[in-house]
Amino acid sequence: MTNTFVFAADPLLVGDIGLAEVLLTLSKVLIAFGFLLVSVMLMIWFERKLLGGMHQRFGPTMAGPFGILQTLADGIKLFFKEDLVPDRSDRFVFKLAPYLSLIPAFLAFAIVPLGGDFNSGGSVEVFGHTTFLQVADPPVGILWFLAMSSVAVYGVMLAGWSSGSKYPLLGSVRASAQMVSYEAALGLSVASVVLVAGSLSTHDMVLAQAAEGYFGVIPRWNVIITGLVPFIVFMIAGTAELNRPPFDLVEAEQELVGGFHTEYSSIRFALFFLAEFMNTITMSAIIVTLFFGGPAGPVLISEIAGLNIGWAWGLLWFFVKLFVMLFVFIWMRATLPRFRYDQLMDLGWKALTPAALAWFLFLAALETGRRRDWNEALITLLSLLVISVATALLVRAVRNGRRIAAMQAQAMQAESVSERN
Amino acid sequence: MVETVFAVSAVLILVGAVGVVLFRNPVHAALSLVLTLIGVAVLFVLNDAHFLAAVQVVVYAGAIVILFLFVIMLLGVDKAEKLRIEPIAGQRPLAVVIGAGLAAVLVTVVIIGADVLTGWRRQSGERALDGASTDIERIGRVLFGEFAFAVEITAALLTVAVVGAVILTRRTPRGEQ
Repeated sequence: MTNTFVFAADPLLVGDIGLAEVLLTLSKVLIAFGFLLVSVMLMIWFERKLLGGMHQRFGPTMAGPFGILQTLADGIKLFFKEDLVPDRSDRFVFKLAPYLSLIPAFLAFAIVPLGGDFNSGGSVEVFGHTTFLQVADPPVGILWFLAMSSVAVYGVMLAGWSSGSKYPLLGSVRASAQMVSYEAALGLSVASVVLVAGSLSTHDMVLAQAAEGYFGVIPRWNVIITGLVPFIVFMIAGTAELNRPPFDLVEAEQELVGGFHTEYSSIRFALFFLAEFMNTITMSAIIVTLFFGGPAGPVLISEIAGLNIGWAWGLLWFFVKLFVMLFVFIWMRATLPRFRYDQLMDLGWKALTPAALAWFLFLAALETGRRRDWNEALITLLSLLVISVATALLVRAVRNGRRIAAMQAQAMQAESVSERN
Repeated sequence: MVETVFAVSAVLILVGAVGVVLFRNPVHAALSLVLTLIGVAVLFVLNDAHFLAAVQVVVYAGAIVILFLFVIMLLGVDKAEKLRIEPIAGQRPLAVVIGAGLAAVLVTVVIIGADVLTGWRRQSGERALDGASTDIERIGRVLFGEFAFAVEITAALLTVAVVGAVILTRRTPRGEQ
């Protein structure tokens, strides 16, 4: 067979594909799925417990030790609740929507490298087969994540529409506009990382970050190499993409009841909930992969009793980093108040997208200069000059727009007053 | 294997395409359009065009059909249309003629052979293959090397279109009209 399929980069799937390869891949899928489910369960508990702590209360305490089984109890409760399908809903789409939310959430996780010793290539030996500790390593790599996050919009959008009621529709229009808007910033900050890494594949990105760092102490993580700006943009845009607080006006209780899933109950609601937390975990994992070197890290002990455990350190580093990212997401939720809709759109289109674009162009100029042996200081100076001019223009345009809007509002007010008289 | 994947995605594409035409509800039609687009993405992957597949999903399924759905939902046209009224006079006979013409062209191409459409690329195929390993790299080299000017022109065109759209949707203050 001359065709190489999507997963070609993984050494497991190069050459003949027999039963063993298929079984290994299948078990990787199952393990990843199980891992995501268990970590969603723990994440929900962790979030509630931590929020409780930050609010000066206990959080869940009753189910199991420290309330750790709370999510399981909630899940069982939701499972046995009555499943309602509203009369005016579009029945087929109503039932389809939760799955359209859930499946992309899991599929996006497939490209995350979970472990492996990246100081020596990052592949592991399982039953005599060499493979990567990630479900798939497609050549399009990180684009797969962007594709899945753009497909995830369908779940939200169709859930709101198919409910056949007012508030879910408003919630879903808000949500999809928000997700589509912030995808621009998300994509542009990913582009910076791709530029630095020189590859779209997540495995290659981690491999590049595992290289020897500066002064032997500071790791060669993309968050440092790309100069912090893409990371900040990605973090904010990612939070907005997840519809998590402070960008949760999708389900602003005071305005929209429960947002796009108001009409959902029982197991279908649970699926949305599951998808939301899966997305949070996937987003954290992607951030760790893109900016913090994924499973790359030092191998402190490479052998115990003759067993090679170099790959296990990768798993450990990955989980530590993932845990820190999840903590940051919860911390942001507990700290920041919710945005207003116009503030959200302003931030997305007038601040994050231009910032990500400008920084990407700056990095591209530096890269070109490095390849052609131009004077680095001069390029930096020139680029910063161009960026500051562009920023000044943008700020001016935004201010002008605000002034005109204020004038219009005033004129309309005056008109309505004169009409009343 | 290749044949199986092709058969499955071809069925998906055709079912989606027929669905777009037959569904009464515009939202259902848009959804079956998504089915078609994803099927085409699978065909791209089958032909080793991974980048095109990703772009197909991101741009078409993720942006364009979402826009369709936005329009459908916000304008509230998500009800079955009355098919009795013809918006343009003589639309239906014309559609039959044009559809038949298009079908004839497609059938002719299939009968004559694929070289009619792809022959040029086949002749210059060696150039695209030199050195570059992935299709992303090849596309990048061709787009930003050979066709850089065309890319720039397209970018300028799109910018003009965006500016035009912004100006058209702006409400000017009453005094300035």
